[in-house]
Amino acid sequence: MKKLIAITLLLASVNAFALTVDEIVNKANEAAYYAGNDGFADVKMVITDAGGGERIREFRILRLNTGDGNQKFYVYFKEPADVRRQVFMVWKKVKQGQDDDRWLFLPALNLVKPIAPGDKRTSFVGSDFVYEDVSGRALWEDTHELIEETETQYIVKNTPNDHGAVDFSSYTVQIDKQTFLPVKAEYLDKNGKLYRRVEATKVETVQGFPTVLESRVDDLARGGGRTVNTFSNIEYNVGLKEMIFTERFLRRPPREATR
Amino acid sequence: MKKLILIAILISSFEFSSFAEDTAGKQLFSFAQDLHGFADMRYGIRTQSDPNKEQTTLKELRLQLSRIWYQDLFTLTARSDFVFDGVPNNHGRIDLETGEGPIDLRELNVLFTPVRWADVKVGRQILTWGTGDLLFINDLFSKDWKSFFTGRDEEYLKAPSDALFMSFFPSFANIDVAYMPRFDSDRFVDGERLSYWGGTGLTGTDLQTDKPDDWFTDDEIAVRISRYMKGWNVAAYGYSGYWKTPQGFDTVSGKNTFPKLSVYGASVRGALAGGIANLEVGYYDSREDRNGTDPFVPDSQIRLLVGYEHEIIQNLTGSAQYYLENTPDTEHNRHVVTLRLTQMLMNQTLTLGLFTYWSPSDQDGYIRPSVAYKLTDNWLLETRGNFFFGKNNNTFFGQFADNNNVAMTVRYSF
Repeated sequence: MKKLIAITLLLASVNAFALTVDEIVNKANEAAYYAGNDGFADVKMVITDAGGGERIREFRILRLNTGDGNQKFYVYFKEPADVRRQVFMVWKKVKQGQDDDRWLFLPALNLVKPIAPGDKRTSFVGSDFVYEDVSGRALWEDTHELIEETETQYIVKNTPNDHGAVDFSSYTVQIDKQTFLPVKAEYLDKNGKLYRRVEATKVETVQGFPTVLESRVDDLARGGGRTVNTFSNIEYNVGLKEMIFTERFLRRPPREATR
Repeated sequence: MKKLILIAILISSFEFSSFAEDTAGKQLFSFAQDLHGFADMRYGIRTQSDPNKEQTTLKELRLQLSRIWYQDLFTLTARSDFVFDGVPNNHGRIDLETGEGPIDLRELNVLFTPVRWADVKVGRQILTWGTGDLLFINDLFSKDWKSFFTGRDEEYLKAPSDALFMSFFPSFANIDVAYMPRFDSDRFVDGERLSYWGGTGLTGTDLQTDKPDDWFTDDEIAVRISRYMKGWNVAAYGYSGYWKTPQGFDTVSGKNTFPKLSVYGASVRGALAGGIANLEVGYYDSREDRNGTDPFVPDSQIRLLVGYEHEIIQNLTGSAQYYLENTPDTEHNRHVVTLRLTQMLMNQTLTLGLFTYWSPSDQDGYIRPSVAYKLTDNWLLETRGNFFFGKNNNTFFGQFADNNNVAMTVRYSF
């Protein structure tokens, strides 16, 4: 048994040695957004503005991997009152040149409204997270560079290929060597100044998958605004059906979202 | 009213846990906890005088309560407004059709899934489809123009329908069928709160109408078949019922009427060049005057709408639409252009909005500016403007020129 562990460790470290930057970001992307075939979690989002005022969003997020890196997301809002029962749905497409499809369902109007694909860097429900943080940023959109390797982390610098499309000039991600979870991302503005930090502040293993239980964004440009996400009721491989992620279930939320 | 007060007290006692000590109290507490909605105080005033109407357009206190019961076999939704209205109106009593009295029942329906590939919703519900933004071609479900023009929340433009709504989901398409056993007209401008063109001049008197209102004979049916194809949502529509506003006239009774109408249409909507584009068409078959000879029945029309929405810069979204009403019998075209700008500021707590309608053919228009500020997650302050202009006072927007108004709101959501 000991021998086996030793061999495994050896293999793992050999493997680690051989990893190219593309392999690292691929694995990190897998770990951060693709755990299991599907999953759901309850999210509590506490948004604190620079003046200390607090606002709270609570929602359940359902996710399904549909193959080739594509995914579907279903976000069902529970709080605050003015967005209760609204649904945000994404069909994420990773292939270059394809835009994600996104919809919003407004229950008071019984209206399904498509959202323009352009505004991915817009704040997600008024928080310091942007839409892209929720569903992930396609790997082909950046050029990746392994700038440092410590005992526990890979540090990867990402430079956007289309500078006009984003609000940052580059961002650096620290990736945990063991779990491959990105644990910290720091964004530099067009003048090279650090203005935004995203962190995984609490990580635990759930059903064998390293899972972020708490994450946090600090808005450093506007003097201390921050958003903290707490995840609970996390489950993977629950057997979500693809039909949930359709207009039918926007109009009538499935039990997986409301229970 | 006593009950209303009781419910209000119940809600306000949410946080007192002592309330939940005994079992009955606990049950009440859990009932109250699942009860949601808002209290909304709204005041609207004309920005000029109107010889036909008083200065105030809105003076209301509105409590909306909603509750959803999720059961294994069905979902029951109840949502109703309780209104104290300070503007004199004709509806002192409860009138669920117009929603003007002390109760405006928005939803009371049961949803169930009889077979895997179908959903059924029965009862009072809000129905919406089509692709236009505050313009409607194939969405012939009732609208509340009075609420819209006086500056109630935009959601009130959709009036509820009493309907049987069935959705079928075969592999090739989604099929929706809405059956309204009794004709639901729009909540149209009828002289209450707003003045209008009365045929010879502007008036604020009660519009006299003769509305088809026999159950199961004066009915409406609307069908949509839609399908998602390569990022585009394609739909075909059909409707059989009546003109939704009283556009006909009965020379014998002297009342305005709702002539028979069928509509056939189609739409397509999808992502285009980083934005959302849509195209919708419809043929309005005015069944009581197919050859366009009766001056008291509206003529058949072809209606068309093209729109595009795009984020201009971060947190600023713009959209534009072109809309056409073509009347083949008179060779008349009504053109309308709309523009929407929405700017979100301060972590999306402050929203500045502008929506404009402008018709170069009618030489009239309608401007809807708004400012909304979310003080906290619960408190909202909002001001809306409704400004009409027109060269003539018998055109669609021109007739409302004496109704320019500003409405202010404080809303607490819970």
